[in-house]
Amino acid sequence: MGFSLTKGSGGVTVVQVDGQLIVGNRHELKDLVQAALDRGERRLLIDFSRTGYIDSSGLGALVSISKKVRENNGTLRLAGLNEDLRSLFELTKLDTLFTITETPEQALASF
Amino acid sequence: MTSPLRLCVRRSSDTREAATLVTLRLPSDVNCIEEAVELVTRHCLAGSQATPSTRFRLRVVLSEALTNAIVQGNREDHSKWVHVRAELGLEAIRVWVTDEGAGFNPEAVPEPTRPEQLDEARGRGLYLIRKLVDTVQFNEQGNSICMTLRRL
Repeated sequence: MGFSLTKGSGGVTVVQVDGQLIVGNRHELKDLVQAALDRGERRLLIDFSRTGYIDSSGLGALVSISKKVRENNGTLRLAGLNEDLRSLFELTKLDTLFTITETPEQALASF
Repeated sequence: MTSPLRLCVRRSSDTREAATLVTLRLPSDVNCIEEAVELVTRHCLAGSQATPSTRFRLRVVLSEALTNAIVQGNREDHSKWVHVRAELGLEAIRVWVTDEGAGFNPEAVPEPTRPEQLDEARGRGLYLIRKLVDTVQFNEQGNSICMTLRRL
C-alpha cells in the first residue's frame, strides 16, 4: 500500500498508486509530486493500475497536483484507470481537466 | 496495538429482516477510515452476489460519508465517535453514518461540476455520494446520512 516513484522511458517520473488514494494519504502523494517538481522533474505520470478506489479528497489532491504541475510548466498524465475509477472522473467532469490515457505505456509514448 | 474500531456483525436466516447487520463505531481520526471501509464492506457483502462495481461504489461512498462525519461533523474531535450501521437486505444495501456534531444543511452544498468549480480541490464528496447510490436521506439535524444501493 502506498506510493512508489520510478523513472519511466524518456525520463518521465512515474508515480504508482498502490491501494487507495483517500483523505488519510493524499498529502503523501502531494508531497511526493512536490519533491519531484523541486528536483526539476517536469514530466509526470500517475499510474492507477494497482489502485482500489479514490475518494473526493483524493480527486481534490489530483486537482491540486495538476495546478502545481501547470504552474511549473510541466506535463501531467493519468493512466491505468479501470472502468469504475474512470467513472469517478466522468461523474465529476474531471476527465475534462486531466489528460487520461488508457495504459501507462501509451501515456509514456505520448510525452 | 489493538484497533480502536468496534465491530459487531449479526447474520439472520429470517427472510423478514436484513440478512446481515453490521455496526461499527470508530474514533474521529481520518487514519481509521480505510480500515473501517474494508471491515464494513467485507462483512456486509460476505457471501453475497454483489458485483465488483457495487463493492466499489459501497467503498467510495462509505469513505466519503466517514470523511464528512469525521472532518465536517465531529471536526476531528477525538472525544467524539462516528457510528456506522449497514444492512444487507434482499433487495438493497442500506448504510447509515452518524456523527456527534451539530449537523449541516445538505442543500447548501454548491454544485462542483460547474466550470468555475472544477479547479477547486474540495466540495465533491456529497455530490459523488448522490451519483453513486440510489437514494440519499438525512435526518432532520443533518448529522446522519442514510445511503441506499439497490442490489444488482
